[in-house]
Amino acid sequence: MIAIVDYGAGNIFSVKNALDYLGIESRLTSDPAELEAAESIILPGVGAFPAAMEMLEKRGLTGILKEQAKKKPLLGICLGMQMLFEKSFEFGECEGLGLIKGYVDKMEEPGLVIPHMGWNKLVYNHESPLFKGLEESYVYFVHSYKAFCEDEPLYAYCEYGHTVPALVGDGKYVWGCQFHPEKSGEAGLTILRNFAALTGR
Amino acid sequence: MLAKRIIPCLDVRDGKVVKGVNFEGIKEVGDPVECAYEYNLQGADEIVFYDITASHEGRGVMLDVVRNTARKVFVPLTVGGGIATVDDIRETLRAGADKVSVNSQAVKNPQLIKEGADIFGSQCICLGVDAKTIGPNKWTVYINGGRIDMGLDLIEWVKRAEQLGAGEICLNSIDTDGVRGGFDLPMLKAVVDAVKIPVIASGGAGKLGDFAEAFLKTDCSAALAASLFHFGELTVGQVKEDCRAKGINVR
Repeated sequence: MIAIVDYGAGNIFSVKNALDYLGIESRLTSDPAELEAAESIILPGVGAFPAAMEMLEKRGLTGILKEQAKKKPLLGICLGMQMLFEKSFEFGECEGLGLIKGYVDKMEEPGLVIPHMGWNKLVYNHESPLFKGLEESYVYFVHSYKAFCEDEPLYAYCEYGHTVPALVGDGKYVWGCQFHPEKSGEAGLTILRNFAALTGR
Repeated sequence: MLAKRIIPCLDVRDGKVVKGVNFEGIKEVGDPVECAYEYNLQGADEIVFYDITASHEGRGVMLDVVRNTARKVFVPLTVGGGIATVDDIRETLRAGADKVSVNSQAVKNPQLIKEGADIFGSQCICLGVDAKTIGPNKWTVYINGGRIDMGLDLIEWVKRAEQLGAGEICLNSIDTDGVRGGFDLPMLKAVVDAVKIPVIASGGAGKLGDFAEAFLKTDCSAALAASLFHFGELTVGQVKEDCRAKGINVR
């Protein structure tokens, strides 16, 4: 069972819909015991970084997520991916979960349409089990902030002004995608299926 | 590189797809969930449902349409029409929409944009605008499906909406809508140049080359059409083929 963290933010039903469609068992939950019992965890999210971190904290989920991330696959999506980093500068400096080295800051370049909204093509940087059976595809992005990280956690990126980290990972259990796999058609469904296959490894 | 988006729009009334020409002469044509699924197979980058139901009961039917579509179509869904309050936005997003399009109600109450963006994020607030040319480089905003002239300057309005937190603009030209002679390029260009957020061209697509023309002559991010796709005159795939052949990046 995949636990989808329900902390009061984001269109979590889309993630659930996609997993249901794939026949993968999942549950929306904010119960620490269920996160502990789950085979893997998805951390969704849209909205603002500080508000989302506060909602996680309020539900007592920050500690348990950090702990579970050492034991089982965790996939952060969009803002959920950004929260995996050490900190963000959205509305002032705010601490993240610190599971991946790097930070989150505004995408700003002259002439660039913001938010980065629409389908952009993945460029692979390191091999990832999430890309199994998938060639470099277009996936759906919508965000105004992006991650800044070194080469090591950067598994895939896309071009928009400068490069935009698209899939990041800690090399073990933690994965984060800036794009929305649940809104990325067949390519996105493949990525979710691959993530579910990491379960119980 | 970011792809230009091709967006089919489904006008829905009482749970059925309809398409009016210049907002009149509406006729029923099909099941919105099935239509959305078909567009998804054709390669649609997003799907827009535009609810033209006036009644409260109709809203519930529309939410069912969104719910059922979101279970089998995994591309972004936008819902517009009659969204007047933060609660309307909330229930539409909870039904599975990724964005809402606010139009007349945002003109009447601009704070709707700000409140919606503050609570749900700018990325899910699309400002729909119906506008008409009133002189050289001068356009005015209409509401209620293009029936009432608000005497509001288009460029001022889109800039204000951007400041209030709109994440995207869907620009419909009343002059070209239904005429099928191509998108309103001067109006489109003026809006694209006025804001930093993505702009969707709407109203006027009548033939294959119209989409590529909008992308080649303006920096719009996406192009939307309803009847052209709906009556099967063109598929989303054909439009993308044409764009690709002209060097435009599409998915």
